[in-house]
Amino acid sequence: MGNAFRNKDGKYIDYTQILRFTFDGKIYQGYKGDTLASALLANGVHLLGRSFKYHRPRGIVAAGADEPNALVTVQRDHARTTPNVKATQVELYEGLIAESQNRWPNLRFDVGALNTLISNFIPAGFYYKTFMWPRQAWGKFYEPFIRGVAGLGVAPTEADPDRYSQRFAHCDVLVVGAGRAGLAAAMEAAEKGLRVLICDEQNMFGGSLLSNADVQSTESLLQTMEKLHQYSKVTCLKRTIAFGYFPHNMIGLCERLTEHLPNPAKGDVRERLWQVRARHVILATGALERPLVFPGNDRPGVMLAGAARTYLNRYGVLPGKNIACVVGHDNGYLAALELQQAGATIAVIADVRTKPVGRYIEQARQAGLPIRSGMTVTGTGGYRRVRNISVAPIVNGNIDASDTIRCDTVLMTGGYTPSVHLFSQSRGKLEWKSEQNAYIPSQSTENLSSVGSAAGLAGNDRGVIGALPMTNKSTAFVDWQNDVTVKDIDLATREGFHSIEHIKRYTTSGMATDQGKTSNINTLGIVSNILQKPVPEIGLTTFRMPYTPVSFGIFAGFARGDLFDPVRTTPMHSWAIEQNAVFEDVSLWKRARYFPRNSESMNEAVARECLAVRASCGLFDASTLGKIEVVGPDAAEFLNRMYINAWSKLTVGKCRYGVLCREDGFVMDDGVVGRLATDRFHLTTTTGGAARVLAMMEDYLQTEWQDLQVWLTSTTEQWAVIAVQGPRARDIIAPLISGIDISAHAFPHMSIGEGTIHGITMRLMRVSFTGELGYEINVPADHGRAIWEAIYEAGQAHGITPYGTEAMHVLRAEKGYVIIGQETDGTATPDDVGLSWAIGKAKPDYVGKRALIRQAMQAPTRKQLVGLLTLDDQVVLEEGAQICATAANTPPMQLIGHVTSSYYSATLGRSIALAMVAGGRTCYGKTLYVLMPSAAIPVTLTAPVFYDEKGEQVNG
Amino acid sequence: MLLIKCPYCGERSELEFSYGGQAHIVRPLIPSDITDEALTEYLYHRDNIKGVQAERWRHLHGCGRFFNAVRDTTTDHFQATYKIGEAQPASGAKSDG
Amino acid sequence: MADISEAPHTERYIFRGGEKACAEADMAFGMNLPREACHAKVTGERAALWLGPDEWLLLGNGFNVQLTALPYSQVDVSHRQIGIQLKGNHAADMLNIGCPLDLDDAIFTTGMCTRTVFGKAEIILWRQDVQTFHIEVWRSFGDYVRGLLAIAQKEYM
Repeated sequence: MGNAFRNKDGKYIDYTQILRFTFDGKIYQGYKGDTLASALLANGVHLLGRSFKYHRPRGIVAAGADEPNALVTVQRDHARTTPNVKATQVELYEGLIAESQNRWPNLRFDVGALNTLISNFIPAGFYYKTFMWPRQAWGKFYEPFIRGVAGLGVAPTEADPDRYSQRFAHCDVLVVGAGRAGLAAAMEAAEKGLRVLICDEQNMFGGSLLSNADVQSTESLLQTMEKLHQYSKVTCLKRTIAFGYFPHNMIGLCERLTEHLPNPAKGDVRERLWQVRARHVILATGALERPLVFPGNDRPGVMLAGAARTYLNRYGVLPGKNIACVVGHDNGYLAALELQQAGATIAVIADVRTKPVGRYIEQARQAGLPIRSGMTVTGTGGYRRVRNISVAPIVNGNIDASDTIRCDTVLMTGGYTPSVHLFSQSRGKLEWKSEQNAYIPSQSTENLSSVGSAAGLAGNDRGVIGALPMTNKSTAFVDWQNDVTVKDIDLATREGFHSIEHIKRYTTSGMATDQGKTSNINTLGIVSNILQKPVPEIGLTTFRMPYTPVSFGIFAGFARGDLFDPVRTTPMHSWAIEQNAVFEDVSLWKRARYFPRNSESMNEAVARECLAVRASCGLFDASTLGKIEVVGPDAAEFLNRMYINAWSKLTVGKCRYGVLCREDGFVMDDGVVGRLATDRFHLTTTTGGAARVLAMMEDYLQTEWQDLQVWLTSTTEQWAVIAVQGPRARDIIAPLISGIDISAHAFPHMSIGEGTIHGITMRLMRVSFTGELGYEINVPADHGRAIWEAIYEAGQAHGITPYGTEAMHVLRAEKGYVIIGQETDGTATPDDVGLSWAIGKAKPDYVGKRALIRQAMQAPTRKQLVGLLTLDDQVVLEEGAQICATAANTPPMQLIGHVTSSYYSATLGRSIALAMVAGGRTCYGKTLYVLMPSAAIPVTLTAPVFYDEKGEQVNG
Repeated sequence: MLLIKCPYCGERSELEFSYGGQAHIVRPLIPSDITDEALTEYLYHRDNIKGVQAERWRHLHGCGRFFNAVRDTTTDHFQATYKIGEAQPASGAKSDG
Repeated sequence: MADISEAPHTERYIFRGGEKACAEADMAFGMNLPREACHAKVTGERAALWLGPDEWLLLGNGFNVQLTALPYSQVDVSHRQIGIQLKGNHAADMLNIGCPLDLDDAIFTTGMCTRTVFGKAEIILWRQDVQTFHIEVWRSFGDYVRGLLAIAQKEYM
């Protein structure tokens, strides 16, 4: 029956371009300009899917974004398969492949439809009530079962190969919706010379004008478009949905660029997110047609009257040939008249109103259409397609005897509901207009205006809301997509759910992917009727973004693959790559973790690197350390106030290890601070803490200590930092350096000086994070790699060995040096981690000083930094493992600490660990137990230093 | 996404800013002198206003300045933004831009 | 679409200080530091960009001058960041794939500069001409910014 329901009057159909497509494997024909829905209707196909809960056969209800039923999966390939798209919004293209959903084994015969037979046993709240007991069954049986049957389409199994794009845009006026009102508003703004952006979700502008039969609509549309395109400051975006209204007139738009193309080129952008900031927003989103709620209103072939007009006038498609109309609004008569004109038979017009009057009603009478008023619908017949409708008059408030009338299509209309979704998202107040049976925009909080029917309907255009009088409530659907019936709402109110928010969640009405575009207002009407309260007293559920579903792809945008995050690399990165370094991520940085030689494992490489540092010399890239230059006459005073340490007595040319607390007394960061001049300090932070420390310092300077004359500048990336560590360090670098006497006597541990290395300006610090004689050489970043290579070259004779962050961790742990964020967790005081020696006790104030004298901060039972040695010296503990005083491994146990760092030390030939243990410093020598998955492992508590306890090596 | 008027740079996207919590909490001149109760108040107690509140922002990815703002938390609308050191404008006052 | 190129290496300093130091700097540098927010001043081969009320980025040679005793801070950041030039059609549009500023040339006019964001990176953006932008970015974010600009070029092929 190829296009048996098609005439040649579709105003926006190109009849010269025939398109072939398949639905559930069967081949059909449509035309350029069709949607999947219009093309299927033209072929007489009304059965498009099965309902969510009862698997009832379902057809097409609407013609646009409000479609609740006709969800299909559109396939291009395994990766590009889009489930749950509305057939009414799928533009037809040559070769389109669509599949129905939620049915097995096929759409016409679906086993799940057995649910219909037991629908009496699946009431509202069924899942909440049923799957409560026995408790153990939840994880084993219920959850897998529910996950199996829930949901509609199936997500694709392969990664999305499409590109998604993003754009920020600004305009004076953003017009959402390009119907009559939106186009007029855009034109007015354009004429004023303003920057205008106008968007519409459809593939062409025109809105409801596209659904009109008259020639004037088409002509005025064409003229407007022609004029609009002449303004250079006007941007027109079709296929673009305004999905969300964000504060301060930021609107999210999703532009679909390739969805309508038969073969999008590889690399084409599929969808684009527009983040539009508009000085003024004009909402011209129109109104949505309201269905009627009566028994059997969900059969395929039951459709909105306005949608039928769209199919007829825009696409040249007759939804049926023998049509019954159930109307609560004059629009239904217009549909009947136009369809009769197009050759359909109007079997009946059952008006649910008692005395309808109006222009179209008069025309329908004159055309001899069979009008009955004061009616209700008692049911419909047919299974995969509606076959008849039973209508009955209401006499004295009672349903009288019904009359069954044959038909192949039922059109219904309850009138229109202004589309206030975006207005409501903007936090505008809605106002109930009983004469329009609608919520309309009232006070807005943003600079916006609503125009056209989005602002409200004409005069007393109220139509009907709620349910028609009925006795059989179990097949009268309010929310098609979530299978919510009048009976469910009835039950919910009887069970005590009276707030609309509760009713919504209990029945799930309005919670499907169509967000209740067709159901919300009728739900309100039904509840109002049951509770005998006016609609405004029932409340209104929140309209949430997105208006229609949008893909995750647009939110990810460019942030994928190499551009997911910035990948920060140091000036020596390329050298490390050439040396086959294995890298690890440290915040956004790539840091060399170790440098395996030949087929070394990580443990082997780390052991070799550690031994080399202890025996001769290691070379380490410390460029990622945060660096801040503190300059000004009050620099020392500023540091006094920030750090726990005292700085006034630090002389020029010296360094000091500094500890930074937050105001609450907990350690936040640490680093070495060197004094370059009386008014200039070179300060280092942890790699991850660089931005945080600078922000905190700026905060105090700008908001608390404006009396201080001192300025901060980040120099993290100005300097490449090369750490040369080990007994041979001085021997290696001395020949390269000039301008500084680096002899042990002239340049002792914790010195800083400026000179040159290999001819390049350098800041040299004699510092050590390994416990060995060590230097950190700062050179301008461009020279980093060259100087690194010069040192590496010079060190060859001494066995210089590049080492990575893993060896660095082991070496510092052997010395008990803490790493902020590893030993500390934001609740450790300086004393907890053994750093109370750093506190400048004579200082009147520093950040955190007051908090540290609170009683709880001094408690002897606080967790303190200790060392752990396993009795079996080859066992390496797990970092994060909990510590217990007894071996008894039966809960409940008192946990007294946790392991913070744990490594195998090649230098010592055994494992070592650092831990935070309650009152640990008083328990050296005691045996504790570390809870590991295998067993409780006995350990001896020690001081947190395992190597060179006296600290003599650094002075070498 | 908010549009925030930096007192130095003018209206900019929220993406350029970082939030800094409640405004006008002054660090005690000599914290060591205050009681535990006053310390607790200073460190931990913050208003959580449904309505108009004064709060700190920093134009982090801009001029870098901290500043204060009066915002209605129910609508997200700013009534005013003003430089550090300036007094909080009377509530309800309209911003000048 | 606009072309992306590396700006030639130059000396760079961050100058920070109060109004008095500023006035002295004007004399010492032989050019006025811009006092107007978000504006740059160019003198010959040198430029001074307003970054904040007490912070300027100085580009070019000849800024390495010691002022007298007035308190201020000058820090060499020549190697901290790199310069990227964006020149040609749709330069502003290309930036707007990741930058939330309104770059209409009547709003972000020629000569304006500011720190802002481009995707997940912080940049300094300076409009030298209707279709020419100079971008300064910390060196380790350079690849990211160039990568995002290359995508922007595809958007406006």
